[in-house]
Amino acid sequence: MNVREADKRVLTTPFHSRTSALCQTNLWSPWKAYTTVDCYSVLEEEYFSIRNATSVIDLTPMTKYRISGKDGLAFLDKLMTRKMSKLTPGRIMYGVWCNDFGHVLDDGTIFHLEENVWRLCSQERHLDWMLSTAMGFDVEIEDETDDIVGLAVQGPTSCQTLKAMNLDEVENLKPFQMKSFPFADTELLVSRTGFTGDLGYELWITAEYAERLWDVLFEAGSPYGILPVGSNALEIARIEAGFIQAGVDFVPALDVVHVGRGRSPYELGMGWLVHFDKPVFNGRKALLKEKEQGSRYRFVRLDVEGNKPANESYIYNAKKDIVGHVTSATWSPSAKKNIALASLDMPWGRAGDELYAEIYHKRELQWNRTMARCHVVDGAFFDPDRRRLTPALDY
Amino acid sequence: MSKQYDVIIIGAGHNGLVCASYLAKAGRKVLIVEANERVGGAAITREFADGFSVSACAHLLHLLHPQIESDLSLSSHGLKLLATGLSTIALTKDDDHLVLERDSVSGAGISENDQRAYRDFQNKLRRYAKILQKTFMTRPPRLVHKNRKDLMTLVGLGLSVRMLGREDMRELLRIGAINIYDVLQEDFRSELLKGALGFDAVLGSNMGPRSPNSVLSYLYRLTGQLDKNDSAVSVPAGGMGGLTEALRKAAEAAGVTIQCQAPVRRILLDVNKVTGIETVGGEQFNSELIVSNVDPKTTFLKLVGARNIETGFARRIDNIRMQGKAAKLHLALQGLPEFNGLVETQLGNRLLIAPSLNYIERAFDHSKYGEYSKEPAMEISIPSIHDDSLSPKGRHVLSAIVQYAPYELRADWDNERNIFKNLLIDKLAEYAPGIKEQIIASELLVPADIEKEFHIHGGHWHHGEYTLDQFMMLRPVPGAAQYSTPVDGLYLCGAGSHPGGGVMGLAGRNAATEILNGEAKP
Repeated sequence: MNVREADKRVLTTPFHSRTSALCQTNLWSPWKAYTTVDCYSVLEEEYFSIRNATSVIDLTPMTKYRISGKDGLAFLDKLMTRKMSKLTPGRIMYGVWCNDFGHVLDDGTIFHLEENVWRLCSQERHLDWMLSTAMGFDVEIEDETDDIVGLAVQGPTSCQTLKAMNLDEVENLKPFQMKSFPFADTELLVSRTGFTGDLGYELWITAEYAERLWDVLFEAGSPYGILPVGSNALEIARIEAGFIQAGVDFVPALDVVHVGRGRSPYELGMGWLVHFDKPVFNGRKALLKEKEQGSRYRFVRLDVEGNKPANESYIYNAKKDIVGHVTSATWSPSAKKNIALASLDMPWGRAGDELYAEIYHKRELQWNRTMARCHVVDGAFFDPDRRRLTPALDY
Repeated sequence: MSKQYDVIIIGAGHNGLVCASYLAKAGRKVLIVEANERVGGAAITREFADGFSVSACAHLLHLLHPQIESDLSLSSHGLKLLATGLSTIALTKDDDHLVLERDSVSGAGISENDQRAYRDFQNKLRRYAKILQKTFMTRPPRLVHKNRKDLMTLVGLGLSVRMLGREDMRELLRIGAINIYDVLQEDFRSELLKGALGFDAVLGSNMGPRSPNSVLSYLYRLTGQLDKNDSAVSVPAGGMGGLTEALRKAAEAAGVTIQCQAPVRRILLDVNKVTGIETVGGEQFNSELIVSNVDPKTTFLKLVGARNIETGFARRIDNIRMQGKAAKLHLALQGLPEFNGLVETQLGNRLLIAPSLNYIERAFDHSKYGEYSKEPAMEISIPSIHDDSLSPKGRHVLSAIVQYAPYELRADWDNERNIFKNLLIDKLAEYAPGIKEQIIASELLVPADIEKEFHIHGGHWHHGEYTLDQFMMLRPVPGAAQYSTPVDGLYLCGAGSHPGGGVMGLAGRNAATEILNGEAKP
């Protein structure tokens, strides 16, 4: 007996024939509606391909909404906390969007594809919220999550790989810029964006070209150490870059059950994405109030002493009161540091605050507990110049 | 003339006029802008045929709060009730009708058991309605804020339920949210009596007798007849317009400026703060305080604009249930109609065509699927019996509220209006056989017409259903239930707010109180 196509609860992405052929571990996890690879071969090898060569990650499960119409900009200005009018065609902007409480629903990128056409790309599915927000605007919102596939091509040699695909002048793309290139009888959209904090690109194409794109890409990248990379290695890279992840570092506001468990942009270190010099936007009233009266939490990047990752740890102050908790943690192979992202109760996390992470680790059925001193760090743990350098250099 | 006001009120319906009067009496410079030619909103009297006038929407007064009458000295401004304490007569096609008074019921061979049950039922439900009424004079409490006043309201509400005693409290909690059909089945045998009571529970709403919340809406109705001295169902001189004329005079005496024929195009905003209004004619009036007597959907989705309110709030507003299902029939008659079995002196009462609960439910069934009722229920009033200013001498006006005529008709009302009107006249003729020959002129307002004439979204004259999900702190929606709204400087004072419609005037009064209490902010 076979499962009917319509009954399948978790789908395979259009790259599945390629990803499954390369997946030595056969370790998969559901990512939204799709199954994706956790780890193809060896975690360390995949991680170092991100940092030293070209890594390829299947981004198909990312949410993609196409926004079009003459009120598109006004719609985006209402949706996003950030002022969107500076986003010109061909450019991409990162931002967050909130509910009426000023709590973040998700973060993501907005691609200004052409005049009056945008694409919102994010982790969570929010079509219902988008449609409600569209009330009163002359705007059309289309879910193209399943129609458009994406591949993240990240790492120092990623530009060389793309050049080997004959993508003319791809090295001149600036961060947060995009360009279309002819590919077979269609167009391939390349954006200089990514989730690794390194030099990198994202490739977008309609689903039926998925396998062809994969094949051309891997052939072009073979001299540059191209490797498919799973979610586990990407997770280390994104924590190093200091990027937050919906459902991990904050609970998307529409999923929050207990009032107040959501987080505002200020409480996620995203205050710079909130602009009040524009018309009414979702969360405006609450965020104005928060700006005046102060936030409940502070989001910090922590350098944790020792080498045991502080996953799920409580954070204590010098008096050993609990003042927060870790949301993401890892050993950073590039920074050679034990790093963590954490949400602290206000006012903790100020310069000079003495903080400790309570770390439990088990060795041969023996539990050990350490109170590791933590230091709040400004900026990403790993932030190479090549990330920004245009034209991108060869390595 | 200066165009700067302390307060601008949109809509000169009764709540707008009441709100304006209280504010002006407190020294505020108040302007009311009204879209129509005259004040009154859905409580107006207007000509519908040469020489014949009628209360064009609401047609009987039964909930106007005595506090408002005395605060605004309405009698000195010309309010006169020509008839009070009207009985309800449930019609039958033969001459065996049923007469419902405040405490007794007679006729139609009603059993002693049913008579006793009626008395007990009315007494019991009046005790519950009294609790409801206690909440009418204060703003609904907020549940999540720690505000002393709100806390006291909640404690008071809890206490008054508790004070009912164990049996009554249990009974209130048992029937409070269920349907009138089930409750009436428990106590009564007479189908005609049940039909009459059930009809009052669903009048003006998008409910049938078996719909949940129909007990609550019945309690609402009873709040106007708690006291023996309440004028209950009454007929004002000059129709409902007589009341709003008195309100207009009271408002003007208090110093309110009223500008009619000034439909508002939009509320002017500085980001999230009101600065004034702009009329369709392009005129601007400035104020930092705007009070909207317009229904919440029109207020926020049209006048403020959905794009200017945050999505969560916009969603709640968009989801307000307010589909009108009641139509209004007006007949100009050669003479007094003859109803089977009624003597002339009875014709001035409230006449119902609602012979049984199943009859009403069947009528409702049609409307659920976008059809008008083939066998509609009606509340009939012949106001010209009490008021000779409405028609030429010897002639009469009949006004009927008809259920159900859905706002969203599957067919087109423009094609169906006349067919439905003839169906209604045929229905009336079953009870008053000679009436067809007496008709000089007729008019039918379906919800779409009511929407157009009275500027009420969906033509729902309560500006939203009376149901638990749109009740008290949930009316019209959380975030706007205390008359102030998420838009700075914008308040609501209409029937869409607590305690609701029915020509009570309390929403207008409560909104004024909130504004005067230090321009309270949510």
